[in-house]
Amino acid sequence: MTSHVSAALAPGGDIPAPHIEYGQIMPILLVLGVAVAGVLVEAFVGRTWRYTVQVPLAFLGLAGGFAWTIVLGLRDETHAVAAEGALGVDGPTLFLQGTILILALVSLLLIADRGTGSFAAQAAALPGSEAEQRTTAAGIIQTEVFPLLMFAVGGMLIFPASNDLLTMFVGLEVMSLPLYLLCGLARRRRLLSQEAAVKYFLLGSFSSAFFLYGIALLYGYAGSVKLGDIAAEAGRDAGSETLLLGGIALLALGLLFKLGAVPFHMWKPDVYQGAPTPITALMASCTLVSAFGAMLRVFFVAFENLTWEWRPAMWGVSIITMIAGAVIAITQTDIKRMLAYSSIAHAGFLLTGVIATSREGLSSTLFYLAAYGFTTVGAFAVVTTVRDAGGEAGHLSRWAGLGKRSPLIAGVFAFFLLAFAGIPLTSGFTGKFAVFKAAVEADATPLVVVGVISSAIAAFFYVRVIVVMFFSEPEADGPTVVVSPATAAAVVLGLAATVVLGVLPQPVLDLAGHAATQMFVR
Amino acid sequence: MSDFPWLSVLIALPLVGAALVALLPREREALVKQFALLVSVVVGVLTVVMAANFDTGGARFQFEEKYWWIKEFGVHWAVGVDGIALTLILLSVILVPLVILASWTEADRSGGTDVPAKRSAKTYFALLLALEAAMIGVFAATDVFLFYVFFEAMLVPVYFIIGYFGGPQRSYAAVKFLLYSLFGGLLMLVAVLWLYPLSAKSPAEGGVGHGTFLFSELTQLTIDPTTAKWLFLGFFIAFAIKAPMVPVHTWLPDAAQQSPTGALVLIVGVLDKVGTYGMLRFCLELFPGAAKWATPVVLAFAVLSIIYGAVLAIGQVDMKRLIAYTSVSHFGFIVLGIFAMTSQAQSGAALYMINHGFSTGALFLIVGFLIVRRRSARIHDYGGVQKAAPVLAGMFLIAGLSGLSLPGLSTFVSEFLVIVGTFSAHRWAAILAVSGIVLAAIYILWMYQRTMGGPKVPAVEGMQDLTAREKWAVAPIIAIIVAMGFFPQPVLEVINPSVKETLVRVDQRDPAPKVTGNVAENGARP
Repeated sequence: MTSHVSAALAPGGDIPAPHIEYGQIMPILLVLGVAVAGVLVEAFVGRTWRYTVQVPLAFLGLAGGFAWTIVLGLRDETHAVAAEGALGVDGPTLFLQGTILILALVSLLLIADRGTGSFAAQAAALPGSEAEQRTTAAGIIQTEVFPLLMFAVGGMLIFPASNDLLTMFVGLEVMSLPLYLLCGLARRRRLLSQEAAVKYFLLGSFSSAFFLYGIALLYGYAGSVKLGDIAAEAGRDAGSETLLLGGIALLALGLLFKLGAVPFHMWKPDVYQGAPTPITALMASCTLVSAFGAMLRVFFVAFENLTWEWRPAMWGVSIITMIAGAVIAITQTDIKRMLAYSSIAHAGFLLTGVIATSREGLSSTLFYLAAYGFTTVGAFAVVTTVRDAGGEAGHLSRWAGLGKRSPLIAGVFAFFLLAFAGIPLTSGFTGKFAVFKAAVEADATPLVVVGVISSAIAAFFYVRVIVVMFFSEPEADGPTVVVSPATAAAVVLGLAATVVLGVLPQPVLDLAGHAATQMFVR
Repeated sequence: MSDFPWLSVLIALPLVGAALVALLPREREALVKQFALLVSVVVGVLTVVMAANFDTGGARFQFEEKYWWIKEFGVHWAVGVDGIALTLILLSVILVPLVILASWTEADRSGGTDVPAKRSAKTYFALLLALEAAMIGVFAATDVFLFYVFFEAMLVPVYFIIGYFGGPQRSYAAVKFLLYSLFGGLLMLVAVLWLYPLSAKSPAEGGVGHGTFLFSELTQLTIDPTTAKWLFLGFFIAFAIKAPMVPVHTWLPDAAQQSPTGALVLIVGVLDKVGTYGMLRFCLELFPGAAKWATPVVLAFAVLSIIYGAVLAIGQVDMKRLIAYTSVSHFGFIVLGIFAMTSQAQSGAALYMINHGFSTGALFLIVGFLIVRRRSARIHDYGGVQKAAPVLAGMFLIAGLSGLSLPGLSTFVSEFLVIVGTFSAHRWAAILAVSGIVLAAIYILWMYQRTMGGPKVPAVEGMQDLTAREKWAVAPIIAIIVAMGFFPQPVLEVINPSVKETLVRVDQRDPAPKVTGNVAENGARP
């Protein structure tokens, strides 16, 4: 190493500095920069002021990143590989990054909401200990949530943009590690929350290890971790097929874990239930978008010539994901667990768009992700508002008669559920229609039939929640509905997006279609 | 005047009305009702004005509008009506104000024998108006995607009406209704999706060169027979559930028993017609070859529906269930008429849709008035009502007789046309179907005898006769039933050109006398 450096320096030559296109990757840098600044704020700003500083900082970081993404999108010259081939800044990247940033902004509304108090006063204090009581009584509000959030979002931005597998792995870890922590920060039912965090961490580490192993195998096959190089090597049809197929399988496993496809979905219900609801909202929307973005890039770029190899397996995964998600959801009695299984079923629907491996498949998946993200953030925002003495009223039976007690919030939630079920004039229908249409055009009609059947099964449990809310009489000591302005804003944004993308989806479809026209850069 | 976007306005108006009703203060119940009635009357009047401008000798689809809606999917906001759609829209907009009038009091809006805790009136009327918008839209849509959207959107208000305002088993009935319809709808969705790549093929391969859902363009496709059969099934099962036909009819009796009677008039009277309308419009015209392929089976199920529905109706003890089963039988007749594929039978079927809407509507409304008085829908809770409430009993009799197709009442004409038209093409189906008429006499007259005739039971003592409001709600329907019994010609003139178009499309000529069976070649078109 030393000799190498000295050799480069010796003839008075310069070290070839890596060429970084700062402008193109500014959203990522901005978000990560704010995250670092957030850590400094934690260190140097007094406790009473931290919240006041952290929240605007986080908002500015996300909003700035979003604005920058829009500018990049408008300039429309963006199909390039940036940062020495580490990141691909192209249409899908910008669309996904924009979606992640705006969804993270909406989630931030929930996270920053002090009224709901979702986070533990001091994460280090053991549950039930004296320290916990003391910190809670002192009314301390921890603000390390914000830098953690920004790091996670930074990772989410890198993950789908990565043009080589190592960057992708770094993105994956930058995204995942803060999320593991955030999951354990619930203020109430802390043991459940910590159990969720540990479970997520352990299973997530396994999947990361598989992912990394897959990278190693693919490197062994292609001699490069660049997606484009792997595709070129696979196109030459040389090298060891064992390494290649093993690599694909392990890489797919890591990715499918992140998006919660069956049979790698075990963490999802527990984590969604245990995590503080604002964090669940973040994971259900932004993490899913990010993971699907990475999935699309890997399978559309690196394995594009190998569709015959991976498609049958993906068919299987998609089918069991749709069916298992829908069927198991029926038996759930906790609202967050139910939404978790619903998210699994939706991951199955989204996979049909990936399997289409066409431009339509790409653009429809992008659209679906945006549509589903908004609806799901809105739905979890509603979940935070329905509260008992002991925090959120998670059990479905506690929601009985909510339509009487609070018709507006119950009506909005019913609308979100109808959107999940894919009733026309909601974004859920438009998204489902888009991916199914792409699948039919790609001769995957049986997949669409399964998708439609599991939609019908899924409709049953969405409808059941509506029955509970509207058609049963309220309990005497039922939960109360507390809506603070920030949460209300999140709900309204989710609702607006669900309606607009259902009734007038053309502009966003155009946007997704435009993003997909040139597919991915190499 | 012809450029006026009639249909879009007719769809938007009730929707805006529904939103305004929902925004009115809950306490102003009288205002809510008056406003809802006003909106529905305005919609009705506008529709009648539009219908007056309909040119029976003109183009098939009139008042057409076409704008891009979702260009990415090739979806248009395309509306337009032919004679059949126009008469069905008229049926809807006439029934809605009457239903609103009949649902005036709290008791009218409860679906069963017990009154659920006080429900808000404005929710009910807002849902009714939203339903009206969807009903107009579903008949007016000339884009298959748009049709599907309205088809599904229609479910939501009905689901909430049954679940929120229904009888003791309301949530069971509501969920059953929704899941049945949704399942059928999703099968249809697959078929709708499938049409897109087919239409995107080049004309040489049987497509039109661009992905589309426009009905007018889809009829030009040449679809290979196997695919067409699958697509036909996707549409047909959805419509058979909607109509409903045996064996997928079981949601209807439950929904009928639990639903508030006002909404029930619309569910059975109009909503279910979407099923038969869809068969006539989409199954036959988009997949003529497959429709002919399926004809024997469909006819068998139609006859089964006629007889099975009627037999079960006889055995019912709940009047709402009884009428629901009679509807299953009547829908059998309509399907029989559609798939007999003769002009008489199809005209009869199209007319039957209208007549059944009115006659069943009247029956349900009157049963609703009985339930308000006695808090029961069970037949054996009544007896001798005609002595206590003669006007009510009289109206019930006329509505009932129209249900059994007494000559001189509107349903006779349509049932006669269906049977005569079927007889010339499928003799045995017609002969078996006639037994449905005999059974109809049993279930209607026996119900009348047990509830209205005989000695007064104590509970009926002092029963109030129809109030002025109730008379206003039922009398127009009775008038229409009688008028159309004697003068069906104007309506037939509107319907017939559309029926002819359909038959040309399926390349079916009326068989000459004594010739039975299919004479046309499969799928060939002039």
